[in-house]
Amino acid sequence: MTIQGQAIVPGQASGELLVSPEPLSFWGGYDCRTGEIIDRRHALSGQNARGRVLALPFTRGSSTTTQVLLEAIRAGTAPAAIVCPEADSFLALAAIVAEELYGRTLPIVVISAEDLARLTTGREATIRGGFLCFDEPGQNE
Amino acid sequence: MQLTPGDREMLDGARGPAMRMAMRILTRMGEVQDAREMLTITQAHIDSTIFIADAGLEYAERLASFGAKVAVPTTLNVSGLDENRWREWAVPSEWASKAFRQMQAYQSMGAVPTWTCAPYQTEHAPRFGQQIAWGESNAIVFANSVIGARTERYPDLLDICAAITGRVPAVGLHLDENRGGDLLVELRGVARMLQEDDSFYPVFGHLLGKLAGNRIPVIEGIEARPSDDQLKALGAGAASSGSVALFHIVRVTPEAPTRAAAFLNREPCETHTITMADLRRARDELTSGGREKIDMVVLGSPHFSLAEFRALAELVRGRRCHPDVRFLLTTSRAVEAIARHAGVMDAVEAFGAKLTVDTCILATPMLPDEIQRLMTNSAKFAYYTPGLLGRSMAFGSLADCVESAVAGRVIRDDSLWK
Repeated sequence: MTIQGQAIVPGQASGELLVSPEPLSFWGGYDCRTGEIIDRRHALSGQNARGRVLALPFTRGSSTTTQVLLEAIRAGTAPAAIVCPEADSFLALAAIVAEELYGRTLPIVVISAEDLARLTTGREATIRGGFLCFDEPGQNE
Repeated sequence: MQLTPGDREMLDGARGPAMRMAMRILTRMGEVQDAREMLTITQAHIDSTIFIADAGLEYAERLASFGAKVAVPTTLNVSGLDENRWREWAVPSEWASKAFRQMQAYQSMGAVPTWTCAPYQTEHAPRFGQQIAWGESNAIVFANSVIGARTERYPDLLDICAAITGRVPAVGLHLDENRGGDLLVELRGVARMLQEDDSFYPVFGHLLGKLAGNRIPVIEGIEARPSDDQLKALGAGAASSGSVALFHIVRVTPEAPTRAAAFLNREPCETHTITMADLRRARDELTSGGREKIDMVVLGSPHFSLAEFRALAELVRGRRCHPDVRFLLTTSRAVEAIARHAGVMDAVEAFGAKLTVDTCILATPMLPDEIQRLMTNSAKFAYYTPGLLGRSMAFGSLADCVESAVAGRVIRDDSLWK
């Protein structure tokens, strides 16, 4: 299966999908030392997003989200890529500043809400530009 | 995106490396946001001051080393440090030295060292209709909703780019046509007595954020005349459980003289009715511990105002906090000074309260291990404490917090919530 979206921060990455059914605030929700989701009210509480392709409805709450994600990119605890249904400026900003400061890219792809709803945690996914591809054999739809 | 010759000069580096870096980030963001042009702002509030980790410090010091200066009047949000009192708490000294470097970096850019998350309660508050670039979620929602200034939800790192260039992508809440309501939230059967109580606003804010998400709610059914501090609590709650950057209250906030005006003559996309049962549930959600002993009461998110100090002084006059309970107030250095001059600090300190200024428990690792069970009247503290600090937080009114501090365990007056 391939889903076509729009790369708001272009790049290439792959990893196991981690799909969030609800928004996430990185400040208070994401441990940038480990990549664990630590918002105890969140459905993904206790899961680790490091190196995974994180699918999120949108971000929530504090303006500090961007510092947390920037630090995660610096420390190597960030998701491999992020997929969301609308151009999330907080996430995009962290990725853009990471390119300025560290020359590292965190690809971010916007896909439709319908496509987002079809994603399931655990599948291997690859981001190439605006495309989200699933390489796992036997799981084609 | 259409750039002016001035924008291009900044982008090309003709006005120095700090402006080039700031404008490069702003224009890339403008493309992400589908902006057609940039617009001029006349004030900024910087949330990037909060020390989170090395990356934020490296960013601030990179800009400072490029000689960055703010181009518009700029206030600074809470820092990671009470410069004078941090040694009285559990703040590690390595952490303190990095937080201090970050404070210095932003001060070196010419910003006013206000160090507060309530800049709208200082002499630097913006005016109705003013185009500004503000960070800090509770400040953003207050500036937009209560004052009627125009700001997008500026995240950390971008707010300082706006301050350095005086320019931002012309998108979102900067533009009048995007400021109309999305959903209608009607209060039904909520007694005026409760609406006049300070604990109603954080609870309603918590519920509002969950309903609205990132949309603009229009509230009907508020019969009381909420104070600035009550609206501050409402916004802070809604910007924690959701990402509300603007709300309208019909006949209360400046862009909502009527329901039709609040919706810019469009129809709401959905309508929610709020009952006492919804409010009771939201109030219970804000408590993550039971009715047990407490180690600390903490007030001041957003930062405590002079009016809040006065209200607290009335409640604690002649009383003593329980010896096993710490009573902490977080505010800015300016409000502390004003409260001292006004003579309201004596009663508060005689009660046993301690002050931390320029930061708060969420922005500096000050709490020692023995403090595990906290209580507050702030929806924002209640929302973030379990995840950020791994500690329990009980929620109550200001009076509940005082009674609990005296008793040493959670005491709540439920009479208004029946």
